[in-house]
Amino acid sequence: MITASQPFQFSTAAYLTQVENQKATCAVELLEGLDHASDAAIFYHTFQSLGRYHFLEGFSNDFAQWVLAGLNRPELAERLASVDIRDYVTIVELRADLRRMVAEFCDAHPVEARHQAFETFYFSRDVEITIPLSWDARTLAGFRAGLERLSHASFYHHFIASRLRLQLHTNDFSHWFSTALGMDELAAKTNRIDIYTNTLDTARRELIELLDAEVRQ
Amino acid sequence: MTTVAERNALSLDQYVPLLGSAEVEELRTLAGPLEGSSVVMVNTTAVGGGVAELLSRTIPLMRELGLEPRWEVMRGAQEFFEVTKRFHNALHGRSLEITARDFEIFLEYNRRNRQSLSLDGRFIVIHDPQPAALVEGRAAGDSRRWIWRCHIDLSRPDPAVWNFLEPFVARYDGSIFSSPEFSRQLSIPQYLVYPSIDPLTDKNRELEPEFIERVVSGFGIDARRPILTQISRFDRLKDPVGVVRSYRLVKRYFDCQLVLAGGGADDDPEGSAVLAEVREEAGNDADIHLLELPASSPLEINALQRASTIVIQKSLREGFGLTVAEALWKKKPVVASAVGGIPLQVIHKHTGLLAHSVEGTAYQIRYLLSHPDLARRLGEQGHEHVRESFLITGNVKRYLTLFLHLTRSG
Repeated sequence: MITASQPFQFSTAAYLTQVENQKATCAVELLEGLDHASDAAIFYHTFQSLGRYHFLEGFSNDFAQWVLAGLNRPELAERLASVDIRDYVTIVELRADLRRMVAEFCDAHPVEARHQAFETFYFSRDVEITIPLSWDARTLAGFRAGLERLSHASFYHHFIASRLRLQLHTNDFSHWFSTALGMDELAAKTNRIDIYTNTLDTARRELIELLDAEVRQ
Repeated sequence: MTTVAERNALSLDQYVPLLGSAEVEELRTLAGPLEGSSVVMVNTTAVGGGVAELLSRTIPLMRELGLEPRWEVMRGAQEFFEVTKRFHNALHGRSLEITARDFEIFLEYNRRNRQSLSLDGRFIVIHDPQPAALVEGRAAGDSRRWIWRCHIDLSRPDPAVWNFLEPFVARYDGSIFSSPEFSRQLSIPQYLVYPSIDPLTDKNRELEPEFIERVVSGFGIDARRPILTQISRFDRLKDPVGVVRSYRLVKRYFDCQLVLAGGGADDDPEGSAVLAEVREEAGNDADIHLLELPASSPLEINALQRASTIVIQKSLREGFGLTVAEALWKKKPVVASAVGGIPLQVIHKHTGLLAHSVEGTAYQIRYLLSHPDLARRLGEQGHEHVRESFLITGNVKRYLTLFLHLTRSG
């Protein structure tokens, strides 16, 4: 079995929501919010919503959900839901695309864009606390064992939130497979696990199946 | 004596079958750097009310995790609590005359308690407005971290009372609200910690099927036909008459029953009037069950929720509405109004269905009765949502996260 050039350090992560002083009650105000909200807020309502609602299949992001349930505008909701965070390595790009979609809606439907929502959208952000866990991994077998012991928040931290931290089109696990084990194919397969059609539990099971297949080879 | 003795101690290990060992282990990891940290919680009552109940559950868990929590209760005479009751109503938006003497009384009792309470913790958590001015004596360079935990809805406060309180709130290191909708624009950070339920209490724990059957049949409910249930006191803001009207629209297509169960209305004139209105609306329909339960009937409420096909919460206004989380924890599909804290619990089409009218409520109920697979999926996802966000263990985890954050941010 290959031994890694550097161990994989598992961490635990915990999140606490902080409400920002900005809210939206219609599509026009959502657009203003997308202009002025902090990067942390855009991250919270997109990347981090996948962690908060890790048990839901088909949940995309808070903006799409609010536009559907709060504004009852399914066409805009559908477009916002189609935004795939894996395509982005910076919040600037992500914010620009979200903003463009809402702006196009407001331009095309100026009256509807001022309709009051059923509920208010509150821009928020997360405080993140990470603590290294007492175990690491130097082999795939050790990694698999560690993976099974991770909480949902820790798995989310390594598999989803890491994408923006690394500023690469990858995640902590794939990054380690590739750089420390030289297993580029496993890294690529791991990175292709669909975080939108899976829950975090089923994504973790898929990853474990990939690891088992690799060990069997 | 102002320090509250601990009771109701449940071990963290008892939560492992419900949460998984990884989630419980995570709590221990987060608590590691905080070992030995003293935490002082301050409120105004040791028994009765949601805050006391929450503290009685939270503090033993913090202690098991290695922190040193203590619960102090503020003391006051009748004049103080009369003032704080008026403050409470004014902060909820009622227009009341608050006099200069009221403000003096408020400050005087806060000053007295500052002398008598032991506020020597590393973290001081002040619950609700009554003790908010305890922070007044905070010296420059005070290394203690002061947190104001506001359990009430501050979205539409009386300006006079809020303008009086705000300078005190501004002296804290951070505030905690139960919902973004209840918060205000503040100069200090506002964190979000949802109210929570304890899955091990009588109101939420698993029940034997035989017990559920006994409770249901005891109330004359037919367990073989669909049961629609709303658990709420008989209050116009819970719209029980609207629930009956929704049920009638459903009844045209489905042979179902309606259960409206709430606290007894004998000592509440408004509750008695509302119950009379509901009785009149229900007429002589034998499939409508109006149940006046004793003030504390956790096992019966638990059984009724578990026996239900669909749980309704058709409130016109709502606080957080934790009865929704209770139903979701029991994997029940929920149809509820999009008011107060309900949309935080019911993520439309994911963990339940939201409605905005009598007709909408009826339509969503009919849809779920026609699509049992969807109803089951919403219930299961609702259960996961509660496990993630609305359990007592999550409440503890968010406190740990906040303490770590305040420690690291200096």
